[in-house]
Amino acid sequence: MKVLVAIKRVIDANVKARVRQDGSGVETTNVKMAMNPFCEIAVEEAVRLKEAGKATETVVVSAGAQQTQETIRTALAIGADRGIHVPHDGALEPLAVAKMLKAVAEREQPGLVLLGKQAIDDDCNQTGQMLAALLGWPQATFASKIEIDGDSATVTREVDGGLEKIAVKMPCVITVDLRLNEPRYASLPNIMKAKKKPIDQIALADLGVDPAPRLKVLKVAEPPARGGGIKVETAAELVDKLKNAAGVI
Amino acid sequence: MEYELPEELRLLKETLRRYVNEVMIPIERETCEGVKLKSEYKKKFDEDSKRLGLWLLDVPEEFGGQGMGVLATCIVTEEMARSIALPTRGGYFTGPNVRSILYELDDEMKEQYLYPVIRGEKKACFGQTEPDAGSDPGSMRTTAVRDGDDYVINGVKRFITGAGEADFIQLMAATDRSKGSRGGISCFIIDMNTPGVRLGAQYETMMGDRPWEIIFENVRVPAKRLVGKEGEGFKLGQRWLGAGRLRHGSRALGVAERCIEMMVSYAKQRVTFGKPLADRQAIQWMIADSYIELHAARLMVYHAAAKADSGEDYRMEAYIAKYYSDEMAFRVADRCLQVHGGIGLTKDLPIEHMWRQQRSTRITEGASEVMKMVIARGILRQYD
Ligand SMILES: Cc1cc2nc3c(=O)[nH]c(=O)nc-3n(C[C@H](O)[C@H](O)[C@H](O)COP(=O)(O)OP(=O)(O)OC[C@H]3O[C@@H](n4cnc5c(N)ncnc54)[C@H](O)[C@@H]3O)c2cc1C
Repeated sequence: MKVLVAIKRVIDANVKARVRQDGSGVETTNVKMAMNPFCEIAVEEAVRLKEAGKATETVVVSAGAQQTQETIRTALAIGADRGIHVPHDGALEPLAVAKMLKAVAEREQPGLVLLGKQAIDDDCNQTGQMLAALLGWPQATFASKIEIDGDSATVTREVDGGLEKIAVKMPCVITVDLRLNEPRYASLPNIMKAKKKPIDQIALADLGVDPAPRLKVLKVAEPPARGGGIKVETAAELVDKLKNAAGVI
Repeated sequence: MEYELPEELRLLKETLRRYVNEVMIPIERETCEGVKLKSEYKKKFDEDSKRLGLWLLDVPEEFGGQGMGVLATCIVTEEMARSIALPTRGGYFTGPNVRSILYELDDEMKEQYLYPVIRGEKKACFGQTEPDAGSDPGSMRTTAVRDGDDYVINGVKRFITGAGEADFIQLMAATDRSKGSRGGISCFIIDMNTPGVRLGAQYETMMGDRPWEIIFENVRVPAKRLVGKEGEGFKLGQRWLGAGRLRHGSRALGVAERCIEMMVSYAKQRVTFGKPLADRQAIQWMIADSYIELHAARLMVYHAAAKADSGEDYRMEAYIAKYYSDEMAFRVADRCLQVHGGIGLTKDLPIEHMWRQQRSTRITEGASEVMKMVIARGILRQYD
């Protein structure tokens, strides 16, 4: 079984994102970028599936500017076998990415597509679901445990009420949550090996994807600054504040 | 002109940044007893280093290492220096401290000394400094006098790191005092349990290091203990000091980087007279100066290392990098301490430790003034 993993290059999770002065988006020039943490978990899971003999090949795919290749290289250093880079400057909306992934999946014929549950830049949480719908494949989102058995996957999902276990037929789309695994540190020998692994380039147009945006961003703004707290003397006063000032009870 | 690190070193740097943040920094205040790694942490870090594929990183391939070169070694040293989890002296993440002089030994001596060091079975110390010869080792008084098939050694060495636990010493001694550093100094490999070798005083230092005095009294060793030829010792010794200079330089980068991170973060949270420290120009200038100087130092260190890897003569660049980076990191650590106020002086934070260590690096393995003296000599030779 081949595993296809979709990854995204985003602002490094440790960097404080800043809104551009003109409100048109988040500043990305001269900002440290890294692989979306959920994507890293997806790559790790794919590599573990291969190490466990469940997968035969792991392929990572990412659309984005030239530097996206470095993010793909990071995935190859974790242990993925080869990469596909779909060059594109500027943002891509989840639907365009899902269409791109559908076309790649049709070429590659994977038994499983793994994605992060969302990317930490726009937090859309849509691409995996859209991809499953476009492919007409089953989907399991927010996975915190994945067990593959023959042509079926048993997935433990993190849902609002706790955990839910579902079985899906493969091929399928699974999006991964934080607690699925802890990504390894890429070792130096694997970093050196990654240098030699192939990264193919496929143009968006060759995949039949129209990248034109369908959404219009009106304005991006900083979240409102937090006001200071207050001190209360008694429990009665606390209840009063919660009821009347905060309006939460 | 290429100003970016090669892609694989960028990835390595990222990996190590994450490793140090997640694994080392949270435990950095408990890993050492004095300046020695506790055995449980030594075991852990050795295992981690092997898992990360960094073991014997800079040992040449022909001796079983990875032969990764100077720039790669600098990147590892820089990232590891962001934490005080490892001791400043001799606390190498990439395996035993293999002094490159051991690569110069003949095959029989390699079996006795080089390979046991690589395997972690034997430890070495380096003896050059004396009570009356520090910056100027050419004036050393320890002598090795040829007597038939032997050499007889007499003298006193001072400030020798790790002498108490070393199995052997790489000893610098004068075979012709009239020639001094111009062909008068030779290098010997001597077992510490040879009759006549005696440990003397141990010095307490502000960093916690406790280097030793060693006394040599009519120590008789076979002539094959001489490394290379008579009079070549200084040249061979300097060779290992050259690589050590870039180790100093790259360690300083990591220290300064961490100090800037801490300084900025504290300046943003700490409010005095109604405003965060970060709003005050006095503090902003400390931050800006630190960042500028770190940037300059990093370019110097990477350039010297790249030059070393391409096989060019990088001695001048290494002196410059050692001098500038060690001085820079001390200034940055000092500003970081100043920005933190009283809390910076406490042992809750790593700053006081970094400050003390960085203070000492301006003296050890080539004091700043001596670096500048050598740099000036080079410049004076360059122009009419
Ligand atoms: C913790 C520690 C560990 C050490 N470990 C080792 C070790 O393992 N092996 C070893 O051999 N040595 C070791 N040393 C010794 C160290 O390398 C020396 O201390 C160093 O080389 C300086 O020599 P010195 O202390 O004799 O100072 P000196 O040479 O006496 O210099 C004193 C001061 O004068 C300055 N100075 C000297 N000459 C000039 C000049 N021409 N012009 C202007 N200024 C000058 C120096 O920069 C310095 O500031 C260690 C030292 C310490 C503190």
